[in-house]
Amino acid sequence: MRVADLRARLERLGSGVSSHVWRLGFASRFLAYLVVHSGTALGRFRLTIAEIYFAGVLSLIIILVSGLFVGMVLALQGYDTLQRFGASESLGVLVALSLVRELGPVVAGLLFASRAGSAITAEIGLMKATEQLSAMEMMAVDPIARVVAPRFWGGVISMPLLAALFSAMGIFGGYIVGVQLIGVDPGAFWSQMQAAVDLRNDILNGVIKSVVFGIAVTWIAVFEGYDAPPTAEGVSRATTRTVVTSSLAILALDFILTALMFTGGNHQ
Amino acid sequence: MQPIVEIRKLAFAYDPARPVLRDIDLAIERGAVVGIMGQSGCGKTTLLRVIMGALRPTAGEARVLGHDTRKLDTEGLYAMRRKMGMLFQFGALFTDMSVYENVAFPLREHAELPDELLNDLVMMKLHAVGLRGAAHLAPTELSGGMARRVALARSIALDPQLILYDEPFTGLDPISFGVIVRLIRNLNDSLGATSIIVTHDVQEALGVVDDVYFMAAGRVIAQGTPAEIRSSSEPFVRQFVNGSSEGPVPFHFPAPGYDADLELNARS
Repeated sequence: MRVADLRARLERLGSGVSSHVWRLGFASRFLAYLVVHSGTALGRFRLTIAEIYFAGVLSLIIILVSGLFVGMVLALQGYDTLQRFGASESLGVLVALSLVRELGPVVAGLLFASRAGSAITAEIGLMKATEQLSAMEMMAVDPIARVVAPRFWGGVISMPLLAALFSAMGIFGGYIVGVQLIGVDPGAFWSQMQAAVDLRNDILNGVIKSVVFGIAVTWIAVFEGYDAPPTAEGVSRATTRTVVTSSLAILALDFILTALMFTGGNHQ
Repeated sequence: MQPIVEIRKLAFAYDPARPVLRDIDLAIERGAVVGIMGQSGCGKTTLLRVIMGALRPTAGEARVLGHDTRKLDTEGLYAMRRKMGMLFQFGALFTDMSVYENVAFPLREHAELPDELLNDLVMMKLHAVGLRGAAHLAPTELSGGMARRVALARSIALDPQLILYDEPFTGLDPISFGVIVRLIRNLNDSLGATSIIVTHDVQEALGVVDDVYFMAAGRVIAQGTPAEIRSSSEPFVRQFVNGSSEGPVPFHFPAPGYDADLELNARS
C-alpha cells in the first residue's frame, strides 16, 4: 500500500514537473516565433508606439509617485544611519546607488508587472476569449505578429525608460528630504553622488537589469494572455499568474544579475 | 464547374477514440447559399473550422477554393483566407477600434490603398449593411444586431469568393434577424459569392438557403433543398424541424435508474 502511495506521489510529481517543462518549452518557442515575426511591429512602428503609450505613458503616474516616495524614505532611513557615523554628506551617494543599481529596476519592474503586465495579459486573453484573435487569423493576419509583437516591443522599450524615471524621481525625493527638509549640504549631496556613481558599473548595469526585467515581464505577460483558456476564469487566472510569475522572475533575475555584475572585484 | 467546397470521406477527431466528424461528403456549388444545420455539439462548427483550414482532417479530403487544405502551409492558408470572409457568432469586432477602423482593418493589412480610396471602400461596405452613419461609434456602443452587421461589412471588405457564417442568428431580435437574413442573401448575390451558414436556427435558416446539409453525431444524415428537408421522413430531421421533445434525441441526459438516485429500493 505504501509503495503504491509513493509511486502515485512520484507520478504526480513527475507529471507536474514535465508539464511545467513542457510549458516553458512552449513559451520559449512562442518567444522565438514572436521575435522572428516582429517585422510588422518594427516596420509599422506606430503600432509599437501605441503600445509604448499604453504600457509606458499610462504607467507614468504610479512610477513617478512611487519613485518619489521611495527616494524620500531612503533619505530618511539613510540619514538616520549615516549621521551615526558622521557621514551624512554621503546621503546623495546612498540614495543614488540604491536607486540606480537596485531599487529603480526592481521596484519599477514590480510596478510595471502589476500595472502594465496584468493589463497586457487581460487584453490579449479577452481578445482570445471574444474570438478577436481567431477573426484576425481568418482575415489572413497573424495575431502574434499584429497583436502580440507590438505589445512585447512596447513593453521592452518602456521598461528601461520607466526604471530611469523611477530612479530620477527617487533621487529628487531624496534631495527634497535630505537637503530641503533635513539640511544636508546640497554641494556635498550632489558632488559626492557625481563622484561615486559610475557610468558603466552603476548606471549601465542598472539599465541592463531593467532591459532584462522588461523582456521577462512582457514575455510572461503576452504568453500568459495568448495561452489563457478563453473563459472569464481562464483570463482571471492568467492575469494573476502574470503578476506572480513576473514578480518572482524579477527577484530571481535580480539576484543572478547582481551576482554577475557586482562580484568578482570589478566594481570600485 | 468544380464545386467551391468539396469534401470527400472526411473524418476528424481530437482524440482517435472519439471522432467528431465521420464520413462526411459534401459539395457546395459556386453562388449558392448553403446551410449546415444540426443540434449543438453535432460537429457543424468543427466542419466549418475544417473548411476554414483551422483544423486538418484526420482522414479524407477537403478542397476549398481549389486548394487541398491538408497540403497548405501557413502562407498558402493565408492566401486562401484572403479570398474568404467569416462572420463569427457574436461578431468578434476589435474592441480597441472604431466601427470604421474595424471595416478598414483587412484593407489596411492586405491592400496598400491611398487614404481616399480606402475611405470610399469602407463607406461602401458600411452603406451595404446600412451603418454608414455609425462609422465613428465604438463596438461597445452597438446593439448585437448592429455589431453583427459591422462584422459582416468587415468580412466582405476584400470582396470574398466564399463567406462563412457561424451561428449568425443567435441572440437577435426579430428585426435584426430579418435584416441579417436579407443581407446574407443580397450580399451573396451582389458579390457573386458563395455562402455557408452554420446554424441550429432551422426555421429561420430554411428561409434563406438554397441547399441544406443536416448533421447529427458527426455525420451528414440528410441533404436537400429546404422543401425536401421540411418534408423529410428522417426521424431526427423531423424532430429538429418541428422542435419536438419526442424523437430520437432524448429529453433526458443518460443517467442511472431514477429509483436508484431516489434510493427507493433502500427505503422499501
